[in-house]
Amino acid sequence: MTNILEIKNLVVSYGGIEAVKGIDMTVPEGEIVTLIGANGAGKSTTLKSIAGLVKPKEASIQFKGQELVGKTPDFIVSQGITLVPEGRRVFPNLTVLENLKIGAYLRKDNLKSDLDYVFSLFPRLLEREWQMAGTLSGGEQQMLAVGRALMSKPKLIMMDEPSLGLAPLVVKDIFNIIQTINGEGITVLLIEQNANMALKIAHKAYVIETGKITMEGTGAELLANEEIKEAYLGKTK
Amino acid sequence: MTSTAFLQYCLTGISIGGIYALIAIGYTMVYGILRLINFAHGDIFMMAAYFMIFAMVDFALPWYVSIILVLTATVVLGVVIEKVAYKPLRSAPRMSIMISAIGVSYLLQNLATYLFSALPKGYPTIAFLTKTIRIGTLSTSVVTFITPILTLAFVFILIQLINHTKMGMAMRAVSKDFETSQLMGIKINRVISFTFVIGCFLAAVGSILYFTPRPSVYPLAGSLPGLKCFIAAVFGGIGSIPGAVLGGFLIGLSETFIKAAGYSEFSDVFTFILLIVVLLFKPTGLFGEKITEKV
Repeated sequence: MTNILEIKNLVVSYGGIEAVKGIDMTVPEGEIVTLIGANGAGKSTTLKSIAGLVKPKEASIQFKGQELVGKTPDFIVSQGITLVPEGRRVFPNLTVLENLKIGAYLRKDNLKSDLDYVFSLFPRLLEREWQMAGTLSGGEQQMLAVGRALMSKPKLIMMDEPSLGLAPLVVKDIFNIIQTINGEGITVLLIEQNANMALKIAHKAYVIETGKITMEGTGAELLANEEIKEAYLGKTK
Repeated sequence: MTSTAFLQYCLTGISIGGIYALIAIGYTMVYGILRLINFAHGDIFMMAAYFMIFAMVDFALPWYVSIILVLTATVVLGVVIEKVAYKPLRSAPRMSIMISAIGVSYLLQNLATYLFSALPKGYPTIAFLTKTIRIGTLSTSVVTFITPILTLAFVFILIQLINHTKMGMAMRAVSKDFETSQLMGIKINRVISFTFVIGCFLAAVGSILYFTPRPSVYPLAGSLPGLKCFIAAVFGGIGSIPGAVLGGFLIGLSETFIKAAGYSEFSDVFTFILLIVVLLFKPTGLFGEKITEKV
């Protein structure tokens, strides 16, 4: 299987402090890859570097063989990478429909079929089409954030803590949706603190600690790993 | 006060209010996107007046060519200022960019003094605008009459643009969240430039309407109107376009009636008292947004 994304030696520093200290990662096409780790381990920084929001100190990030380092976020979006940011970040002053349309900002073709697709995934959004996104509940906002990302017709969708602050039932929905999206052939790179859920659906997983990858394997392997169980899954030996 | 006089003052007040509204929109839009009070905005308005003198007096161009030139030159000036003085400070603390704006304001005033001298220069007459017309018992100049109409027309177009075009949608998105806007593929610098284009275009229109019935321009001519329009924007709720428009009309009207009552010297004092009162009792202004966002 070919790798859609290859990251080599990603180093990012914020004002002299290295948040990410040389990460190597590969994301195989069509799979769900998860990156788990504690707060401040460098997960979000890694995703932001891929999206072009953060300029790495050094790195090679190749998407389908094309170098992304130094490219602008709009170019990276146009190549088929999208990021669902942490905390959802829907535009509260735009309607639900406008939020979806802005997800397709760079597209010039007809959006009708993609809007229908998103509404079929999230019927709740259709009911609230004309509502301001700021008035939605947390779970609905997360659905909107995912729907908005899908509107760019991504090949790779990156999600930063999609379960954060949501009720357990809603979290389950979101994870189901992630698998549905993946079933459509979209590669998923998922960051989660909810390691248990993430590892269950992931084909491949990385563990990041203080800016470095400390472990990798299939989701099932890491789920069974004693160290992981203790550190991330809250199970005692 | 007779009813004719009353109507006459109303017309004058609405007219000057319309000009204030046009300039206040520039303040409020730039604030909406960059959270910056563009203190140079009043001076851009002043520079637009000098551009008019250049075009009509120095180059003796016809008025319609001159107006196009003034609009273009003012827009270019505003966009260049943004690129040079504000863009490099995009990630700097807000105070830095504010100070930069104050710097640009003084720069423009002093540049104008250096280039055109501190002496007032005669503003050219646009014949058809200064013609007197009679509406019933009222007599007024064409410019006073068309100013509020033009203002409302521009405001209408602007609101359509913001609510119903892709660029308008991008502007609303960028005004809330730079980073997420970038994730959508929006080039935020382009959106910011576009905001300055609109603000400066309206300031140039305001400048032409403001100076046409006035005899002359001097380098500080933009300073006081600029401040008043800033107050209009704050009064209406900074960031809100309808607020800026309403604020502009209210300040224009109250100023005119205070002058009519014989307190000319007091009219500007009133405007500044209004600013203090608004900041004390309703800091978000008439239509200002309260910050209630879900985390």
